[in-house]
Amino acid sequence: MQIIESGIGELLQPYSMEEFREWNRTQKPKAFVDKLMSEQEAIARFVRDGDYVGKELYGTVRAPMSLSRELVRQGKKHLRAVGQGVLELDLWLAAGLVDAMDLTYHGLEVYGISYALRRAAEGGKVKLVEWSNGAITWRMKAAAMGVPFIPVKSMLGSDTFRYSAAKVVECPFTGEKVCLLPALVLDAALIHAHRADRYGNAQIDGISGFAFEMSRAARRLIVSVEEIVDTEEIRLYPDRTTIPYYLVDAVVHAPFGSHPGEMVYAYERDEEHLRDYVEVSKTAEGMQGYMDRYVYGVKSHQEYLKLIGAERLDMLKRTCVGR
Amino acid sequence: MTEYNRTELLICSASRLMEDNATAFIGTGIPMLAASLAQKMHAPNLVPIFEFGGTGALLERLPRAVGESRTFYRAVAASGICDIVETAQRGFVEYGFLGGAQIDPYGNLNSTVIGGTHDLPKVRLPGSGGGNDVGSHCWQTIIIMQHEKRRFLEKVEFITTPGYLTGPGAREAAGLPAGTGPYRVVTSLAVMGFHPQSKRMMLLQVQPGVSVEQVLENTGFELLMAERIEENAPPAAEELRILREEVDPEKIYI
Repeated sequence: MQIIESGIGELLQPYSMEEFREWNRTQKPKAFVDKLMSEQEAIARFVRDGDYVGKELYGTVRAPMSLSRELVRQGKKHLRAVGQGVLELDLWLAAGLVDAMDLTYHGLEVYGISYALRRAAEGGKVKLVEWSNGAITWRMKAAAMGVPFIPVKSMLGSDTFRYSAAKVVECPFTGEKVCLLPALVLDAALIHAHRADRYGNAQIDGISGFAFEMSRAARRLIVSVEEIVDTEEIRLYPDRTTIPYYLVDAVVHAPFGSHPGEMVYAYERDEEHLRDYVEVSKTAEGMQGYMDRYVYGVKSHQEYLKLIGAERLDMLKRTCVGR
Repeated sequence: MTEYNRTELLICSASRLMEDNATAFIGTGIPMLAASLAQKMHAPNLVPIFEFGGTGALLERLPRAVGESRTFYRAVAASGICDIVETAQRGFVEYGFLGGAQIDPYGNLNSTVIGGTHDLPKVRLPGSGGGNDVGSHCWQTIIIMQHEKRRFLEKVEFITTPGYLTGPGAREAAGLPAGTGPYRVVTSLAVMGFHPQSKRMMLLQVQPGVSVEQVLENTGFELLMAERIEENAPPAAEELRILREEVDPEKIYI
C-alpha cells in the first residue's frame, strides 16, 4: 500500500501487537485473584517511571481523581500521557511529571482554557502530538481489536493530521483516501467505575465514554470504584459489565473517587470547588497552593475526603438528580 | 423592545438554525444553550448528540461538560465515544455545532495554537477535541464565533478542523466525505454562509442594528455579499424569557 502523506508528529508509544498478545497471555492471570488494594499500593505496583499512561473518563466526569492525586504524591516521572484531560492532567503537568502527550483536548470546558497546559506548552516543557477525540479512541479500539492500525475518515486535510503520527493511504478496495491510525497500547491505564467485585469485574452506569476501548488497550489496568460488590451481584447482571476481571490488575475502593468531578446517578460535581480551582490555577503559585493543600497536604484519599468534609460530600449526594 | 446582550443574541440566532426532528452534534458552550432553547421553542424533537455517548437528551438542565450526566438526562441512548463518532462518520448526523478561536474564508477553524510555532506556541489552546471529527463527518457544520478582525483571518494559523480547505473540491480531494462542509457562521454581528461555487464565506444577514460596514470592518478578509442582505430578527421576548428562566437559570453562561 502506497503512503500518500505522513504526519510529522512522533509516534510516542511504539508497539508490537505480537508482544501485546504475548503479554496478555503471560502477564494477565485468568484465575480469580483478589485484587483489592489501596491507591498507594496500586500506583506503586502498576505505574512506573517512563510509562505511557491513560485515564478515563476525563476531568470532571467519572474521573479517577483519587488515583491521579496518588500518582502525583508518588512523583512518577517522565510519563507520556494521553488526553482528553481536565483537572487530572492539570495536576500531572503542574507537578512536571509529563514529558509528552498525545493530545486531543485539554481545557476546562465551560471555564475555558487550561493554564496548566499553557504554562507547560508555552514553556516548551511538554511535547505535544495532535489527534481528534475520535482518532485517539479509535487508536485504542485498534489495540482492543488486536490489529496494528485502523482506517478512518477523520483528520484528513487538516493540520491536526499534519502534527499527528497518522498516515494517509489509498484504500486498496475502493481507491478513496483514508487516514490510518496506529494502534495505541498503553503501559498503564486508570479508570473510575461505579462498582466492581474484588477480582475486577467492573460496571459503569450511564455513558461508557472510552472505558471499553481503554481497558482493552492497556497492559496494566487499575480500576477504582465507588462501591465493592459481591461477585454474585455481577453474575446477576453480567450485561452491565464493561470491564471483565482478567483485564484488571488492581481494584481500589474509592468512594467519591471522582471528586471534584461528578459520578452520574451518585453525586454531583462540586461547582464551588471547581470555580475556586479555575481561579487559583491561573498562576503557577496559585496552582502550587492548590496542590500543597489537596494533593501533597494529605496522605491518602481518606484524608482528602476528610479535608473536603462530610457535609459538602453529603450535599453533592443529595443534590444529584437521578434517572 | 427587550434588552439583550451579545451572548443572548448569539444563542438565539444559533437556536433558530436547529431543526425539529434533526440530529445535531453539540459542542461545549453556546451550542448547548442553543440546543436547549430550540427544544423549548420550535424543535421539541431535536436530537442532541454529545461526543462521549449521550443521544437524544432532554436538555432540561444545562450541560457544563460534553460528558456530564446532563448530556444524557432522559436520553434515548447512553453509549460511548466510538459509537457517536462512528454514527457521524456513516452519515447519520445532519448538523454539527462548533466554536473556534480563528476562522478563514473557507471555514477552516483553529483551536490549537496562536503565534510562535506548534512546538513553542505563544498561546496554546485546548486542541481538536471532537471538533475535527464533527467538521469532517457532519453533513452541515454551523460555526459560532466572536466576530473580531483578529479571529476572521485570510489564513488561519493552524487548521484544527477542516472547512472547505483551499476551495472547491479540496475536501473531496483530501478524502473527506463528499457533500459535507461548513454551512453557516453565526456571530454577534452577522450570519454568513458559503458561496456555492467558490466556497468562500458570504454575508447573508446582519444582526439587528448592525451595518454591513461594521461587519466588514471586523472581518480580516474579503467577504462575499449575498444579492440581498437581510437584517436578522432580534431575540423575541419569549425567547429571552425561556433562555433566562428555563435554559440557564443558574447563570452559568449568560
